[in-house]
Amino acid sequence: MVPLSYYLILAAILFVIGVAGFLFKRNIVTIFMSVELMLNAVNLTFVSLSYSLRQLDGQIFVFFVMVVAAAEATIGLAIIITVFRNRESLNVDRIDLMKL
Amino acid sequence: MVLHDFFFYILAAIILGGGILTITRRNAVHSAIFLVMTLIGVAGLFLHLQAEFLAAVQVFLYVGGITVLFLFVIMLVNLDEAAKQRQFNRQWGLALGCVLLLVAEVGYFLYQGRDSFSFAESSGVLLQNNTQAIAMSLYGDYLLPFEIASLLLLVAIIGAVVMAKKQI
Repeated sequence: MVPLSYYLILAAILFVIGVAGFLFKRNIVTIFMSVELMLNAVNLTFVSLSYSLRQLDGQIFVFFVMVVAAAEATIGLAIIITVFRNRESLNVDRIDLMKL
Repeated sequence: MVLHDFFFYILAAIILGGGILTITRRNAVHSAIFLVMTLIGVAGLFLHLQAEFLAAVQVFLYVGGITVLFLFVIMLVNLDEAAKQRQFNRQWGLALGCVLLLVAEVGYFLYQGRDSFSFAESSGVLLQNNTQAIAMSLYGDYLLPFEIASLLLLVAIIGAVVMAKKQI
């Protein structure tokens, strides 16, 4: 069996990839995908620790994280559509003011 | 078991390769496809960790739901000229500093705790009837959070409709 630390290191690397995408990219859709990568890294940590500790609570928490991720994706993508309709751009360097 | 380890390394390669390609591709549709690759890899690791219910939910919700939503939005908004421009934003120096700090932090803590990370002896108690056990827990101890989650989804549906509509 692969040790638990391998799972944690894999999740940490995936989280850092998500953070890097979030901070570096300028297309707002790709930034959103980076958020999903980070959420998945955290889910992986939860499930591997749940398996290690023989308790189901981690898996229940992952279920709730997935529900919140679905809600966040719908709202975020609706915001993206509204922003694009008003600004004709998805570049975060140009979407830095609340007012038009 | 060698086969067990082999599957872990294959899935880890799929996850990391998909993640890196997701954030480096120029075309947003390609990014979404590589995101699907990563998500399926994570679902495979959930199966590997004997969380069958979560693996199924991951495939239904992320691969079937959220990614299709992403593709819809990518095709609704016009990204053609965005793909031709510079991919990375102006503050890349600051961003690089933050990422390196995070790498150092996570690496330090994983290094500090390297002796405490090993799986307990397999008891097999948790791992039988995973879906049934989750359902018992969800409708027993976690009933209130479950109801709040359903309310949150309702709010998200109404909010998305209100925001995406042109004239209310």
